[in-house]
Amino acid sequence: MTGHASKFLTVAGLAVGALATAFSVTPAAAQAWQPTKAVTFVIPAGTGGGADQMARFIQGVVTKHNLMPQPMVVINKAGGAGAEGFLDMKASPRDPHKIVITLSNLFTTPMATGTPFSWKDLTPVAMLALDQFVLWVNAETNYRTAQDYLNAIKGGSDKQFKMGGTGSKQEDQIITVALERLTGGKKLTYVPFAGGGAVAVQLVGKHVDSTVNNPIEAVSQWKAGALRPLCLFDAKRSVYTAKVTSSMAWSDIPTCKESGLNVEYQMLRGVFTTSGVTAAQVNYYVELFKKVMATDDWKKFMEDGAFNQTFMTGDQFKKWVEANDKLHHDLMKEAGFLATN
Amino acid sequence: MTRRCLSGWALHSFLGEYSVYQIRVAVQEPPRRIGRLERSPIKRLGGALEELASLLNGFYVVFSPFNFMLMIVGILLGVIIGVLPGLGGANGVAILLPLTFSMSPTSAIIMLSCIYWGALFGGAITSILFNIPGEPWSVATTFDGHPMAQQGKADEALTGAFTSSFVGAIVAVVMITFLAPLVAKFALKFGPAEFFAVQFLTFASFIGMGKGSAFKTLASMCLGFGLASVGLDTVTGQLRMTFGITDLLTGFKFLTAVIGLFGIGEILASMESGLAFSGSHAKLKLNAVIEAWKKLPRYWITFVRSCVVGCWMGVTPGGATPASFMSYGLAKRFSKNGERFGKGELEGVVAPETAAHAAGTSALLPMLTLGIPGSPTAAVLLGGLLIWGLQPGPLLFVEQKDFVWGLIASMYLGNLVGLMIVLTCVPLFAAILRIPFSIIAPVIMVICAVGAYTINNAMFDVWMMVGFGIVAYCFNKLSYPLPPFVLALVLGDMAESSFRQAMLLSQGSVTIFWSNGLVGSIMSLGLILLLWPVISWVLDKMRAAKAA
Repeated sequence: MTGHASKFLTVAGLAVGALATAFSVTPAAAQAWQPTKAVTFVIPAGTGGGADQMARFIQGVVTKHNLMPQPMVVINKAGGAGAEGFLDMKASPRDPHKIVITLSNLFTTPMATGTPFSWKDLTPVAMLALDQFVLWVNAETNYRTAQDYLNAIKGGSDKQFKMGGTGSKQEDQIITVALERLTGGKKLTYVPFAGGGAVAVQLVGKHVDSTVNNPIEAVSQWKAGALRPLCLFDAKRSVYTAKVTSSMAWSDIPTCKESGLNVEYQMLRGVFTTSGVTAAQVNYYVELFKKVMATDDWKKFMEDGAFNQTFMTGDQFKKWVEANDKLHHDLMKEAGFLATN
Repeated sequence: MTRRCLSGWALHSFLGEYSVYQIRVAVQEPPRRIGRLERSPIKRLGGALEELASLLNGFYVVFSPFNFMLMIVGILLGVIIGVLPGLGGANGVAILLPLTFSMSPTSAIIMLSCIYWGALFGGAITSILFNIPGEPWSVATTFDGHPMAQQGKADEALTGAFTSSFVGAIVAVVMITFLAPLVAKFALKFGPAEFFAVQFLTFASFIGMGKGSAFKTLASMCLGFGLASVGLDTVTGQLRMTFGITDLLTGFKFLTAVIGLFGIGEILASMESGLAFSGSHAKLKLNAVIEAWKKLPRYWITFVRSCVVGCWMGVTPGGATPASFMSYGLAKRFSKNGERFGKGELEGVVAPETAAHAAGTSALLPMLTLGIPGSPTAAVLLGGLLIWGLQPGPLLFVEQKDFVWGLIASMYLGNLVGLMIVLTCVPLFAAILRIPFSIIAPVIMVICAVGAYTINNAMFDVWMMVGFGIVAYCFNKLSYPLPPFVLALVLGDMAESSFRQAMLLSQGSVTIFWSNGLVGSIMSLGLILLLWPVISWVLDKMRAAKAA
């Protein structure tokens, strides 16, 4: 009896133990995945641009604060307006050791070039922030407000005013086309350059009349008094109130809507991984980016670049991406930028 | 350390007030103001003194044992990176960037910039010994460097290359030290039309390169233009000549082409001519360095010309690669020995190396003062600056004095230390050629393949490299010149974008190329160089007619 009893108890004990493990395994597995080799962080853009700066910054923060047990390797795959990078992601499904940072070319490149990929070939991880666009002119010109500049375009000859921007049929040109709806039929001459930094310098050198540079691309020239911001392409003003120049903070730049230019545009700075990965793997990266965002380095980076800090994950992020994809399709269609084939 | 700094700072605070004012003025006010300040000799002297004081302070920063060690480590790593084709300075700096996050920004930038100097030195080694340019800017070095090695003069070529690199770099650093704000202003004058004018000048100065048939030169160049246009067209945003093949989206990468054309092509040629390196019979001379140095002073005019070309291309930012090609083309055109270029002329090594280093060094200036990188490596360094919380731009020289002058001081020292390290190794490098061909050839093949693969982590590039090797072999057999092909491949893309951007700005009028003195004079100079054979022919005729 005692033998039986003890046997029974042992079995029961084992069963309970097994059950306990069984129960604990599921939630543990959901959190317990972590990279087993180096994680590749793909940048579908060239060196020195906004996406490149952010990805390399994240790599720096992850390394500095030791947030990941494996190294993070950053690779630029800029070919074909980012198609190279996205096709590379598409070609390696179920690979949780690969993540990609996005800019608007996630939507625009397949639409403009007909390259076969879309965001549906990737798994959304998180929206890190939204990058802003600002209308800039050279500080030596007399355009004090966006309305001044708009009136000058209206009063000038067709194609007289030159807008410099990054790439062709991408975000900068989409904004330019949107502006042209307000110029009374006068077109702007859009001149594409290879990178955002070069665009800002072209404006300082007065080779173009205006740009829609991201804040981080033009901030040093603004500080030095070479460029003047006219308006911000967002629904509301920036939240950063610390002075950037002696007299102005990011929050002092009026929105374009306030200035009578009803144009809004922001660019996704989000992270995606390959298709077919598990929820646990996605969750690992969500947690990782939460840790990155909690650092003081990140907060300073956000403020320096006047980012719109919106963090989204899961279904909410997926819905946002879906809606933005449709928005870009409409904008590109209206501008006549869709690939013909 | 503290006391040294203090003495530096004492001098600094003595002149500090004034200089901050001067730099602010230089950055913010229209150019007229600088001109007026510069014309006042006393004030100018004050400015120069202040820069010297800041530089001295920079030297104190660099001379801490830790920083000095980082410098040597950086140079050695850089030389290795420069030797391996495809790894390249940009990749090397990118890989090592995270290592530096625990250091102070000044220490970090010293180490990273030393890797950059090391890579610039290292690129010359494989170009001369094996005809494989480790870096794009070393391509022009192979034209005369490798023939020299084949004639058993590898040590002389290496010494010449390293010394010219050093001279070019030092001249550029001196320019950065004293003329930074002024030169930064000059870079702003460069719009698309100016860029195209410079690229046109490069092509024009190179047209006379082709030996033999002018049509073959032209055909070779056109083929290069054709390959350069594969991939995305930045002006229309459309894909061109990719035929739906995703591997071609990125276009033909310059380094893949160069490794194949030069490295693999050379191996194929050597195999045909008897499985041995010519030049392996050379005796090792320990005084080779001294011997080579005796010859260098007579090329002083080439040094001067190449420094000017290099500094100018680095600042604008045209980059080290066009600078080296342009300088080689000009040296060939204007040297007394021009005829013998391409057959192993020391002057043909001096010209591209001096210019490449002057450009590579001065490329850091637009990065620091304008926030635009002059080279891919500078672009990665720029990313580093942001992580360290430094905002590159016009105010960096005012807000981060210690950092900027530490960097500039490390440029002087880094290049000096680098020169000493590589010169001591010259006999060692030259001895590599004594290894039997059957051992070294497979090693070169492997290094080339790894190099081609690492550019983009793509196997496709390795096959492409082999393809380019075969192309080079056919070119040699049919005596088509390779240099115009390579030049068109590296510059074709940039020249096309600049031209079309300029055309957009002017709405289709070519008068934009003569719309101001700067662009007009570069363009006219280019046209004169392009038509020089015709002009000199006409001049000869006229002279003959006069004599008769």
